[in-house]
Amino acid sequence: MSLDVGNLRAKRGLSLVSAILIGCGIMILIPQVLFAEQIRGAESMKLFDRATRFFEMRDQSVRVVVLGSILIGLSCGMIGSFVVTRRLSLFGDTLSHAVLPGIAMGFLWAESKNNLALLIGATLAGFLGVACISFLQKFTKIRQDSALGIVLSGFYAVGICMLTRIQKMDYGNQSGLDSYLFGQVSALSSNDLLGICVSLLLIALFITLNYKELLISGFDPEYARSVRLPGDALQYLLWGLLAFCVISSLQVIGVILASALLIIPAASASLLAKRMSSYLWMAASLGAVSGFGGAFLSFLGERLPTGPLIVLKASFLFLLILIFRPHDGVLVNWIKSRWQGHRIAMENTLKAIYQVIESHNFSETSIRMDELMQRRNLGSGGCLKEVNRLTRSGYATSSLDQNSSTGLLPEKRVSLTPKGWEYACRIVRNHRLWELYLTNEARYAPDHVHEDAEKIEHVLGEETVRQLERILSNPRQDPHGKLIPSLVDIERGWLGSKNLSG
Amino acid sequence: MSNPNKPLEVHDLTVSYQRKPVLYGIDLEIEGGSLVGVIGPNGAGKSTLVKAIMNMVKPNGGYVKIFGQSPKEGISRVGYIPQRESVDWDFPVTVMDVVLMGRYGHVGWLKRIGKSDRTIACECLEQVDMLPYANRQIGNLSGGQQQRVFLARALAQESSLYLMDEPFAGVDAVTEKAIVTLLKGMRERGKTLVIVHHDLASAKEYFDHLLLLNMRKVAYGSIAEVYKPELLQKTYGGRLTILSDMATKSAGVRAIEKEAYATEK
Repeated sequence: MSLDVGNLRAKRGLSLVSAILIGCGIMILIPQVLFAEQIRGAESMKLFDRATRFFEMRDQSVRVVVLGSILIGLSCGMIGSFVVTRRLSLFGDTLSHAVLPGIAMGFLWAESKNNLALLIGATLAGFLGVACISFLQKFTKIRQDSALGIVLSGFYAVGICMLTRIQKMDYGNQSGLDSYLFGQVSALSSNDLLGICVSLLLIALFITLNYKELLISGFDPEYARSVRLPGDALQYLLWGLLAFCVISSLQVIGVILASALLIIPAASASLLAKRMSSYLWMAASLGAVSGFGGAFLSFLGERLPTGPLIVLKASFLFLLILIFRPHDGVLVNWIKSRWQGHRIAMENTLKAIYQVIESHNFSETSIRMDELMQRRNLGSGGCLKEVNRLTRSGYATSSLDQNSSTGLLPEKRVSLTPKGWEYACRIVRNHRLWELYLTNEARYAPDHVHEDAEKIEHVLGEETVRQLERILSNPRQDPHGKLIPSLVDIERGWLGSKNLSG
Repeated sequence: MSNPNKPLEVHDLTVSYQRKPVLYGIDLEIEGGSLVGVIGPNGAGKSTLVKAIMNMVKPNGGYVKIFGQSPKEGISRVGYIPQRESVDWDFPVTVMDVVLMGRYGHVGWLKRIGKSDRTIACECLEQVDMLPYANRQIGNLSGGQQQRVFLARALAQESSLYLMDEPFAGVDAVTEKAIVTLLKGMRERGKTLVIVHHDLASAKEYFDHLLLLNMRKVAYGSIAEVYKPELLQKTYGGRLTILSDMATKSAGVRAIEKEAYATEK
């Protein structure tokens, strides 16, 4: 049991790491596509230079950029875990849009891109937005999703109008303001970095101090109240930290897509994690990798907006995890269903061989290929493929008929090995037991049971078969009067005509 | 007046949602060590009664005492099992995590859950036959298994009064029997249990006391006293329409009075 769990954990970790690694690999390929023209031209050296400059990190500004984007990814991933598990995703989105008018106000107030003024403005606007939502919910019949939608679009519209006005004014410094819309990591100042560090610290502190309280109130709020846990206070603190986290990351990721970094890494983690602790570190590391990747791409492309690139990176990682995760992953499911399809086809062929032998009254041990083709309703090509598969698995052997004149495929003979015979008997037994069970116990009409048994025969486990035998008291004949091969027959490995008469 | 030895005392409790009364003038005194079934038709206010006792909905009138204390103080001596649907079963927690939540009241803020808490949680899981599933994520369990986990969490709370809201909802027959045995065992150890139940037929075998509820208290007492056709008829035979109408009106009046009082002030 414990070994199994460890194994599972290793698999999960492995798929996370491989998703990140593949993601990094593709990340290096993306610029080649994005900046193909530059590469073709004389600029190609420049791109390479930029990449080396980024990875050498000798530049002060590069270091700020890398550090900032990674830290933002970490804090968004961590707080995002709680946002997603508490179904507050849309709340984060609304909050990030609602701060835009605050940023514009801060700018008007300070008449320059003063970080402190912008921060104060954004915080005020964020809290005003939250207040509007709770007001709408408390005093009207409007449901939460609509309330969020109203506040999100309303505040955002105000913000866009103000921003457009500002850009028409003639302060010298306003050009940097539109970087708040889509994010611009290269404009990150060390002051911004300080804000990011503080928010990360606060979030980490909040989570470590209140870990079990957050767990209880997130999973079962009613129970949390019954043990006198201050669930509401926790929720407000969480909102406050969420607002702070979003505001501090705006320079990097921008207002429009800020919520993506909260939601996508956490949602990716939810596909893998089964405990909150692993959920947290997975979301945080996915966020950090996305942030770093986005910053790198943005740096290469001469001031490309960072937000979309980070989100692209995060979504790409999400997609990889969706495909490659160990349980229920798209790939795993595909392989499983393919494998199962092969098994069912093989079992059906074995059963068909048994039935042909049975139709000869068990007088011969091998059958002609054309008989099998007819029974299995397959062409010669398909039938040969099936028989080859059986031969490879050691269930059957094929030989040329001695009386054959032409040596063509339909005149070949197929016989089962002891192992194949046992397998065939078991499938036929499953089928007939199930038919008998349906007619005798579930009161199905005898002509209704065959189709159902065709499916069930492949999934009946040993245990269920034993149960059926007990219920039906070891029957010998199915509803159509055919022999049900018994355990003894199967063990003997061969069901000759003598056994039948005996 | 309030007796610290009495696990639960409810006096003239009235609760209304948006001016519609759900519970009206409920009086109730439950003795220690009884296994009480709360029975009544849909919308009779069974869950509301539990929530009012747990201080989750505010009553319009009357009071609740838990071991002689107000609900706010007494609540820490109550083990509570909410309805299964009230919980997000996709949440990333394992069975063990959920049962350890039961120890929260004994641990408190800033303290870590210790080894002794883990031992207790394991014992509780053992009692409900769920120990082999300790490391499973709760979303991967069947309905009956989820309910057992909830029960294990309540056991881990080590309370003396338990309130359970429909613990048999969506549970298979085998689990239901197992839960009943467990509840009776808890009663033998002197616990008091109040259980909201929807099935009249099995109530007779499961509980020793019954509260018949339909907006008002129809009857409360031992099975022998209460399980009588005329009382059951009263409980399930529709609402007393005049009471229901007048109660709705009076709730409105009360609200108006309050507003008038507020404006005067």
